[in-house]
Amino acid sequence: MNSIHDMGGMDGFGPLVLDQDDACFHDEWERRAFAMTLAMGATKQWNLDQARAARESLPMLRYLQAGYYGIWFEALEKLLQDRGLLQPQANAVALGLNQLAPQDVKQTLLRGAPTEREGRTSPVFKPGDAVMVRAMNPPTHTRCPRYLRGKQGMIDRCHGFHVFPDRHAVSGEEAPQALYTVVFKGRDLWGDDGSADLVSADLWESYLVPLC
Amino acid sequence: MGSTQTHQHDERPLSDIEIRVKALESLLVEKGYVHPETLERLIQTYEHEVGPHYGAKVVARAWTDESFAQHLRDDATEAVASMGYRGRQGEHLVAVENTPEQHNLVVCTLCSCYPWPVLGLPPAWYKSSAFRSQAVIRPREVLRSFGLDLPESTHIRVWDSTAEIRYLVIPMRPTGTEDWSLEALAGLVHRDAMIGTALVRT
Repeated sequence: MNSIHDMGGMDGFGPLVLDQDDACFHDEWERRAFAMTLAMGATKQWNLDQARAARESLPMLRYLQAGYYGIWFEALEKLLQDRGLLQPQANAVALGLNQLAPQDVKQTLLRGAPTEREGRTSPVFKPGDAVMVRAMNPPTHTRCPRYLRGKQGMIDRCHGFHVFPDRHAVSGEEAPQALYTVVFKGRDLWGDDGSADLVSADLWESYLVPLC
Repeated sequence: MGSTQTHQHDERPLSDIEIRVKALESLLVEKGYVHPETLERLIQTYEHEVGPHYGAKVVARAWTDESFAQHLRDDATEAVASMGYRGRQGEHLVAVENTPEQHNLVVCTLCSCYPWPVLGLPPAWYKSSAFRSQAVIRPREVLRSFGLDLPESTHIRVWDSTAEIRYLVIPMRPTGTEDWSLEALAGLVHRDAMIGTALVRT
């Protein structure tokens, strides 16, 4: 969806404010919101792409005002509500929901959630191929940033097949596709107005069309 | 919502967000979705265990051990896992090496993707709208706000983490450190150098 989370290349957010300290949390509620989000994520009531979609679909003014963990928290409330998990009769026993046990935290984090899958076909593109990012504006979740759509780039590397977030966020299907690092010349993205020599992004095959 | 009545360590009234977070936590525990000790362990892990000191060890080793550096180039996920660092938000790692010709800068324009197993949780500026919006278009100016003024002859490549690939910048080793120990080298490597907003200096 074309909302404010997709901010690559925008101006107007003011100067960069650098941290005075290295703390990853500044308030106790941020710690709690972070931990609740991870703990609920581990119960598999939604996937990571659905969580991202929930964050991005917050009203844009809320998104900008809530702060990072505020966004996480609002999305967590929304995910819980949308799935009926906060209804009076809902509870872990009734739903057969397995909570993340304290003794399993370490292994769960070390395992992570790899997104690479066996490919059923071969990647269409190879390193060095010229491609163009498709014109696309889905109203649902996508990881194709607006500043790259319609731009020409070159395949730098193929990362194998990965869960396709656009589908995963909507239906929960993994629908894996080839994933590529695509490299763009700064000039092709920004004309004379940027200072990046090269910009690369990781893009799924269906975002790309061949350029001959 | 009894949790809002719990004691506080200061006289300040709870803000709206504090009340909502406390209320939700009580509800999630009561419903059996989350275990209170699990929350403590998650916070402990990322606040006090995992952090950029892990990444610094990876960099120091890459500087001193060419076969490890090659392993990092070939398969950073596996190379880093061989040092015990792996998992959530670092399932697929790529290491990008700075050279005199090319400086690398990592950003996530769409959210705040960051290689947790080697750097921990991102600093506030990495998550800020100003950084996310500007890094891909005006990286030279962004780097200047970090006090880093690169020569025009050094090209800047920006890596936008739009998928589940996470990037670790391998900064250039400072000259004059040839006989330094691994520990001393790792001590030089600050978090920002592994994101690309700083160089490593002695």
